Amino acid sequence: MSGLDALYQQIILDHSKARHGSGLDTPAPAGAEAVSHQLNPVCGDEITLRAVVEGGRIRQLRWDGAGCAISMASASVLSDLAEGMELAEFGVLAGAFREMMRSRGKIEPDEEVLAEAAAFAGVSRYAARVKCAMLAWVAAEDAVGRASGGASG
Amino acid sequence: MAVASIPAALRRSADSLDDAEVLRIRNDFPVLGREVNGRPLIYLDSGATSQNPLSVLEAEQEFYEQRNAAVHRGAHHLAVEATEAFEDARQAVAAFVGARYEEIVWTSNATEAVNLLAYSFSNASLGRGGEAAARFALAPGDEIVATEMEHHANLIPWQELAARTGATFRYIPVDDDGALRMEEAAAIIGPRTKILAFTHASNVLGTVNPVPELVALARGAGALVVLDACQSAPHLPLDVKALDVDFAVFSGHKMLGPTGIGALYGRQELLDALPPFLTGGSMITKVTMEGAGYLPAPQRFEAGTQRISQAIALAAAVNYLRETGMERIHAWETALGRRLVEGLSAIDGVRVLGPAPGQERIGLAAFDVAGVHAHDVGQFLDDRGIAVRVGHHCAQPLHRRLGLTATTRASTYLYNTTAEIDAFLAAVSEVRGYFRAGE
Ligand SMILES: Cc1ncc(COP(=O)(O)O)c(C=O)c1O
Repeated sequence: MSGLDALYQQIILDHSKARHGSGLDTPAPAGAEAVSHQLNPVCGDEITLRAVVEGGRIRQLRWDGAGCAISMASASVLSDLAEGMELAEFGVLAGAFREMMRSRGKIEPDEEVLAEAAAFAGVSRYAARVKCAMLAWVAAEDAVGRASGGASG
Repeated sequence: MAVASIPAALRRSADSLDDAEVLRIRNDFPVLGREVNGRPLIYLDSGATSQNPLSVLEAEQEFYEQRNAAVHRGAHHLAVEATEAFEDARQAVAAFVGARYEEIVWTSNATEAVNLLAYSFSNASLGRGGEAAARFALAPGDEIVATEMEHHANLIPWQELAARTGATFRYIPVDDDGALRMEEAAAIIGPRTKILAFTHASNVLGTVNPVPELVALARGAGALVVLDACQSAPHLPLDVKALDVDFAVFSGHKMLGPTGIGALYGRQELLDALPPFLTGGSMITKVTMEGAGYLPAPQRFEAGTQRISQAIALAAAVNYLRETGMERIHAWETALGRRLVEGLSAIDGVRVLGPAPGQERIGLAAFDVAGVHAHDVGQFLDDRGIAVRVGHHCAQPLHRRLGLTATTRASTYLYNTTAEIDAFLAAVSEVRGYFRAGE
């Protein structure tokens, strides 16, 4: 696989088109909600993400954004994985994603924890793109944290 | 000073530049010989920063090896030689842009040069500089005018100056092709206008602005003219006197020089009347515990130990440009720019910003690829060893005006070949397919 194909895995290209969880028009279910807006000033990528938390679980994660294939795919995968998760479980997932992104390609992603998000391992080799992959996750940690009263698990 | 660059005679030919000569020129630029991702580097980001010929690298090294000393301080031999080389560099750069020696103030870059001006005007507005500086003072009711296509460096300092002084900030809008709306300019620039700041050539659109018309409007209104020459000084013959601007700024790293050096040009009578921005050592006449008197320009604006090796290296850079010939460089880049625009415009889904093919532009093109974000375009090209700039190129308002947040920009210089442009165009034509745009 060329360097480029390792970065733009098929899963990433698919999600960048499918954009699961995109659209804030969907009504929010009952629960505590919080919205986070994140901006990458380098390229102008933006995301607005809404989390609804109830009974110790993420009931819904919806977002709206504009950006590169990496940032859009990352938001799509995140929304697939995080919805329905217990807060503690989400904390482990987000922690593992962050660790992978900081690894500069040096650690093997733990696919049990990361599932489809492991496809972003290649991004960690491109320092300039790590922020793109992290954008939605930073928004999610912020929104989930606030919706659950400061403790995201 | 020994330099290993190709003999000037080879570059001073009266003929126009061609690919064969450009290939010889490339030998002077060590970095152009390297590979990226297993491919020969194709460097199309000179609009952001240019590469350095050996003569520039050697000038900087020679200074440190032979005459490193602080300038304008101390009577020892090295200090004298360093001071001479530093001031000779000023002379070389002044001559390069058609200015007089005393009219060139060293700064770190163009950004610092604009800020120097803005803060000096601020100080004048606070009454510093006395009667002589009253012409620079701004107050509520006064207006500062820029344009919608400015780089943030020639925009934010003016917004801030307006905020500090109570003056009003206004701007000349652009049309859909990114050209300045001159009929609006004529309505906006008037008796309240104190400063008109605009870029000579746009770093996004490639447009060359109508300097004579704008200067005439400013003169009619009694306003001072500040020209951002960042994208013109490196690429076309520049004569600040012929253009009749009051101030001009440019950056060394965009014109084959090192980072850390740029310049402010100002008409001498203006610079001598303008109160300083940074104060401290080397810019004073007499200092007491109550206050200080200041040297005339340029020293009055050069407080503290200066960027000496960088100034000397920048002089080597302008010598390289002068020997190659700015007319020839301009003609070559105009041809490359035309090839870029025509080639890009022919690719499905690609929209080029700025003047249509056939109209005047410098050798750069920013473009949007439908359905593919600029970051992804840049990544795709990088994989082929092609270096371009992606993002808003420090011109957010202009991008917003054109309905975009980020674009990809290819910018050329004297060392780019037609084959490189063609390889770049071939790669761009594959981008939408790779990212399955339009699906
Ligand atoms: C038109 C224009 N103005 C100003 C600048 C700022 O130059 P610097 O960052 O060297 O201060 C640039 C460089 O990006 C430019 O292209």
